[in-house]
Amino acid sequence: MRYPGIKDLKLAEGSIYDRSKPGRKGYSLPLENLENAENLIPEEMRRKELDLPEVSELDAVRHYTRLSTYNFGLDGGFYPLGSCTMKYNPKINEKVARLKGFTNLHPETPEKYAQGTLKLMYELQNMLAEIGGFAGTTLNPAAGAHGEYTGIGIIKAYHESRKDFKRTKVIIPDSAHGTNPASCAMHGYDVVVLKSNEKGKVCLSALKELLNDEIAAMMLTNPNTLGVFESEICEITKLVHDAGALVYGDGANMNAILGVARPGDMGIDVLHYNLHKTFSTPHGGGGPGSGPVCVVEKLTKFLPNPVVVKNGENYIFNENNESMGMVRSFYGNVGVCLKAYTYIREMGKEHIREIAENAVLNANYIKASLSDIYNVEYPEGTLHETVFDDSKMPNDVTTLDIAKALIDRGYHPPTIYFPLIVHGAIMVEPTENESKDDIDAFIFAMREIYEKSINDPENIKNAPLVTSVSRPDETTAARKPILTQCTTCIS
Amino acid sequence: MRYLPVTDQERKEMLEKIGINSVDELFSPIPEKVLLKNQLNLPTAMSEMELDSLMSELAEMNTGSKMSNFQGGGCYAHYAPAAIDQMLLRSEFYTAYTPYQPEISQGTLQSIFEFQTMISKLMKMDVTNASMYDGATAAAEAVIMASKINGKRKKAVIAGTVHPHYIKTIRTYAANIIEEIEILDIDATTGTIKESELSKIDENTICVLFQYPNYFGSMENVFKISEIAKANKALVIAAVTEMTMLGAMIAPGDFGADIAIGEAQSLGLAPNFGGPGLGTFSAAEKHIRKMPGRLVGKTVDKKGKECFVLTLAAREQHIKREKATSNICSNQGLMTLAVGMYLSIMGKNGLKDVALMNLKRKEYMLNKIVAETKAVKAFSASSYNEFTILLPQNAKQVADKMAEKGILAGISLSKYFPELNNALTVTVTELNSYEEIDSYVKTLAEIIGG
Repeated sequence: MRYPGIKDLKLAEGSIYDRSKPGRKGYSLPLENLENAENLIPEEMRRKELDLPEVSELDAVRHYTRLSTYNFGLDGGFYPLGSCTMKYNPKINEKVARLKGFTNLHPETPEKYAQGTLKLMYELQNMLAEIGGFAGTTLNPAAGAHGEYTGIGIIKAYHESRKDFKRTKVIIPDSAHGTNPASCAMHGYDVVVLKSNEKGKVCLSALKELLNDEIAAMMLTNPNTLGVFESEICEITKLVHDAGALVYGDGANMNAILGVARPGDMGIDVLHYNLHKTFSTPHGGGGPGSGPVCVVEKLTKFLPNPVVVKNGENYIFNENNESMGMVRSFYGNVGVCLKAYTYIREMGKEHIREIAENAVLNANYIKASLSDIYNVEYPEGTLHETVFDDSKMPNDVTTLDIAKALIDRGYHPPTIYFPLIVHGAIMVEPTENESKDDIDAFIFAMREIYEKSINDPENIKNAPLVTSVSRPDETTAARKPILTQCTTCIS
Repeated sequence: MRYLPVTDQERKEMLEKIGINSVDELFSPIPEKVLLKNQLNLPTAMSEMELDSLMSELAEMNTGSKMSNFQGGGCYAHYAPAAIDQMLLRSEFYTAYTPYQPEISQGTLQSIFEFQTMISKLMKMDVTNASMYDGATAAAEAVIMASKINGKRKKAVIAGTVHPHYIKTIRTYAANIIEEIEILDIDATTGTIKESELSKIDENTICVLFQYPNYFGSMENVFKISEIAKANKALVIAAVTEMTMLGAMIAPGDFGADIAIGEAQSLGLAPNFGGPGLGTFSAAEKHIRKMPGRLVGKTVDKKGKECFVLTLAAREQHIKREKATSNICSNQGLMTLAVGMYLSIMGKNGLKDVALMNLKRKEYMLNKIVAETKAVKAFSASSYNEFTILLPQNAKQVADKMAEKGILAGISLSKYFPELNNALTVTVTELNSYEEIDSYVKTLAEIIGG
């Protein structure tokens, strides 16, 4: 057995400003006499200096190409980041998203000249609603956290429409993503933390105690951040509804149940998707994402403006007076939405369930193959991801060490130290795209790291050994932040 | 299915290792009553070649994408060097995650650090974050940040000439945090905010947010607004939605902005029907710990080698949860790469040339419209590449007729400003040739009279 390993070509590359030479040009513009053009600007508004680099096109291409070699992308190897669903980004998506008919379309173009994109948006709204079991969808949110913000806003608009102003709190389990409480705070809600039970799940009696007429909603990720499905989901949603509150579903983990079950059928009222997780759009080194929100029938009128509707044979924008308002300019990260649309059309009704089946199979296989040496605090009912920890590691080898040792073996590390309820968490999400061979190699690497932690712990504690940078000093970076390049300094 | 590589034989082996007989057993934690019995009601699966034609057909249906475009209003068509898209297709960048593991993310980290540097220089501000979703959310977050800095004050003042989507987004975001939003009235002569309205800036004012140039294309009196805001110790927030102008015109830092936000879509990103764009967020250094969003900082590794990391995470949601400066988690990562590359390739001279070209064509077009059609210049204030004209009849109807002739004539303001029924805001960039401009004016003259 072999893991992929790492053997990098180390290209040294300084700042783009290092390549700059006065008078060098990388741009090409139509010939035009601009000599007196500056006179068109009132004197006091004329810019005196502009400190941007002066490089050739090749300089810029070299610079960014060389920088790219410092990066590890999903196309380069296994990327088992838990909760991030690093699935393959199909190349056809990239191709079609670049069609000029889509990219050149200006957002203020009258609807009748934008029917292709509007049709796509309308159909995507409907497909996402069908997949989740909902009645309506907004594509506006630009990311998962933005979707949460939007979803909670919809819930707030709902309560306010009923003149129910008493509800000022939202219940959130302690295993939740940090964005959940932060999104609530941005709407002025107080957060009530629900402690997970010994199985890492929602405790019904604890929930019951927290519920009253001051609770606006409960936020829930299901399967939760341990990868564990909340089996009592229907009881949970009933309890929340009986108290007059709504249930918000964080769809970060939708990959686990695609085509198998639908949050809407479980009593979830509002759900956001992460198109960059579940529907294969690239993460792009941190964006652009897309976080559409789906809602049940009674909440459709509160969706942010505008929504695409069908009017006879035409697709048009519709605005609703009772909407929660606008959450951004224009209509969402449309360029991202159309990649997700392409992906869903490729999978179709025939294959969508196979995504979840394979993702869940892979995660459980990894769990079964490693849980003899890596502790799993909450082993019951794992779906698409599994959370190990470092509690059984010899010689004080920590989760951080394991993560860095995986880099030496050619992997992007799993998500670490999250969820917070597992001390030293190592959250592995393989997705459906990995072959058994690749998963076996990862298992081999994890087992070898464990062996080495017994025999040669220093090797693991000093990892990564093969990268050009190792364990940056993050404390000093935060204490004395340097956030911009000093372009006048001599390097 | 091509993205699902596990074979039947392998599946059998894997199930054996897990100790179960079928994949369905793995779903046993899900209550029986919510398990789907049938396939979802979705279209049938498609092969790659079928997808290719389907998407091409949809793209073809966007007839507006081929029309002569003079629309702006927060989203601008500019030329983007071909090298940018080539770089965006490097999978080391686009298939990577947020750079949490600095050892294998230095490419993303350094490119964001350089983006932060270039935007700071462009805006003439101390620091810039790793980006926001778009200009509107950046504006909203700026107002929220100001309210945290100016904690005791109750009122955010927003120029009525700011992009309507931005104002709406600010209203949504501020709804539960800021007591009062005061919108400053528009002066129908200048197309900027009324000078008398500036008296509404007082000792209770958190911040004053204005757009430069504003939604109508007009230049606000930025020095005056800034001076009055500062006299009242209100924070000055400048919003730039057309950032190419900064190649030739003064920056928010020149008129004392405390926070400068922008929509950087102009800098190398296609219109894409309004998204993904790129919100930029810059501020004075003393405010960094109150800033939302990701920040990349320079540091050294354990061997003393210079490198980059995500920093000041103690502001953020994954550490601070409900006490975070914002819930924002991602940025517009790949878009910062595109903008960084655009600013590198254009450089200081290229960006200046673009700005001057825009200015010159605008001047040519505006003069020609005034000389050869019945339209008049709506406002007296100076402008960059966007201007508003008054037509002798309803602007939307005129724009519709222009569209029938293949010209997207501009944005009729009646949608947001009912009192400006006959006003049309027109944008011209380096992508609009002089022939195209001439043809616009000719068509307009045919419709409204010359």
